[in-house]
Amino acid sequence: MELLGLFNYWVFAVLLMVGFYAVIAKPNMIKKLLGLAIFQAAVFLLYITMDKVEGGTAPIIQAGVDAIYSNPLPQVLILTAIVVGISTTALGLALVVRIHEAYGTIEEDETQQKDLEE
Amino acid sequence: MSVTSQLPALQVVVPLLTAPVLVLLRGASLAWAGATAASFMAFAIAIALTLEVLAGGTQVYEMGAWPAPFGIELRIDALNALVLLITTGASALTLLCGRESLARDIDEDRQPLFYAAWLVALAGLAGIAVTGDAFNVFVFMEISSLATYIIIAAGPDRRALTATFKYLIMGTIGATFYLIGVGLVYMMTGTLNFADMEVRIADVADQRPILVAAGFITVGLALKAAVFPLHVWLPNAYTHAPHVVTAFIAACSTKVAIYVLLRFDFFVFQGNLEGHVVQFAGFLAPLALLGIVVGSAVAVVEGNLKRLLAYSSVAQIGYILLGASFSNAAGLTAGVAHMFNHALAKGALFLAVVALAMRFKDLTLDGLAGAARSMPWTSAALVVAGASLVGIPGTAGFISKWLLLSAAFEQGTLGIVSAIVVVLSSLAAVVYIWRIIERLYFGEPVADAPPLPRQEAPWLLLAGVWLAALANIYFGLVPGLPVGLSEAAADGLLRHLP
Repeated sequence: MELLGLFNYWVFAVLLMVGFYAVIAKPNMIKKLLGLAIFQAAVFLLYITMDKVEGGTAPIIQAGVDAIYSNPLPQVLILTAIVVGISTTALGLALVVRIHEAYGTIEEDETQQKDLEE
Repeated sequence: MSVTSQLPALQVVVPLLTAPVLVLLRGASLAWAGATAASFMAFAIAIALTLEVLAGGTQVYEMGAWPAPFGIELRIDALNALVLLITTGASALTLLCGRESLARDIDEDRQPLFYAAWLVALAGLAGIAVTGDAFNVFVFMEISSLATYIIIAAGPDRRALTATFKYLIMGTIGATFYLIGVGLVYMMTGTLNFADMEVRIADVADQRPILVAAGFITVGLALKAAVFPLHVWLPNAYTHAPHVVTAFIAACSTKVAIYVLLRFDFFVFQGNLEGHVVQFAGFLAPLALLGIVVGSAVAVVEGNLKRLLAYSSVAQIGYILLGASFSNAAGLTAGVAHMFNHALAKGALFLAVVALAMRFKDLTLDGLAGAARSMPWTSAALVVAGASLVGIPGTAGFISKWLLLSAAFEQGTLGIVSAIVVVLSSLAAVVYIWRIIERLYFGEPVADAPPLPRQEAPWLLLAGVWLAALANIYFGLVPGLPVGLSEAAADGLLRHLP
């Protein structure tokens, strides 16, 4: 039960490591960026999970209704972090386009090889 | 409400709002003038804030008049003021005298965009330094990082692109680690305000998530600050960026990350987590010492001038952290003062590199052989700044190294080891600075090249280089301002420790 109750946190940890592995192990720059996006998405899940209050509902206050509300703040925070993540991915992809123009490849080991040959 | 009470917000707003205006202006000269004016205004605001902090202690500003901890609070104490001075000062000086050099590296029609990105980077760095909110720091950190990637990628060589890509990957991992840490702290305390966090952590029953958060935050910021084994992005980024950008980021971007590290590890965690002093010092002191040794050793054998200075930066970051890892007032004062003095010395050195690059395409030491004959004034400024980096008495570098050594001698065995490492690394600095001087003054120019006529860099650039070099001497002889601020900063960081 304890294990299942922490299900979201397990997914967070696994996603984080999947993304991290791709960033470190893949020489292809697009795959690295995808790994980075997964890595960041894992953190979004962490924030979204922590705001859930058991039995809680959307935090809209209405007269005469006495309900338990989920915490809205982490969702707002993570909305900002998602925007940051998108900007990072976009900038990264733009860089990859420029690298492809300059080197003719987007494999990191091949770009290093070409720099050495100069 | 008077304008002075709005200064903390204006510190960020001025560069941030000038940036889109520059994009609309579409003229290289106008954009440069606008960016420089905004930087100088930011510098003036930083000076005004510093004066207020010196006169009246910590300045607090409630964003949108929402009281802390519900609203975002801007909070400026001595440490913030020092970081603001470094950041805005570096931006103002490098922009003022970097115009000709940037015009060579960047196409005319792209310059407005470049200057806009520069101002966004400045706004981000200044934002980190003024805010008192942990999540706000993350947002500003990413704003400044994304803009910094853009201005580094503007470098003339295609290797600037791969260097930037590497920096982008590592920088994002660092920032995401920081975000995880902040999330865990928020989960346990329900607050994002530094001052409030610091109070509430003490009441948290289960300290393990906070410990994990401390780990994530320290490692993430160490990546951003290029602490020794995580420094691999730094040499390439510094080497291939446009020369003026190198002078700017070398002076301030890693310092700002170190500031956040100190803010968290001392102000927020130190008084509340059991054994955190020992863990922090035990983790950082070896890394700082290794960074000093490795950075200095690589700099001694490196042949490219910019890369040599970049590795020297890795060693200098080690000095700052070594001071912090002593975890006492003397050590922290030395570390914070070194932030200021290293920014002065390295900023002046890289500005001299900008000036040399105006005449010499090849920035290897061999390519610069005999450069002092054609550019005597630039070379002389480089010697002065180099002396400050080494720590010759009478220069700014001497002050912080002296403080660091005196702090080290108060420690036990670690202090003796540190003192030995610092002295050895200063000797290494003598060697690598001397290698530069020897090539510049006594090297024979490449035989088949025609001898260059004696011609200096543009006068504005030369004036900037000398201003930076003379600042090194001024703050070496009159160290009152940086040392006073550092002492107040150390006091503010340590108030929970015996």
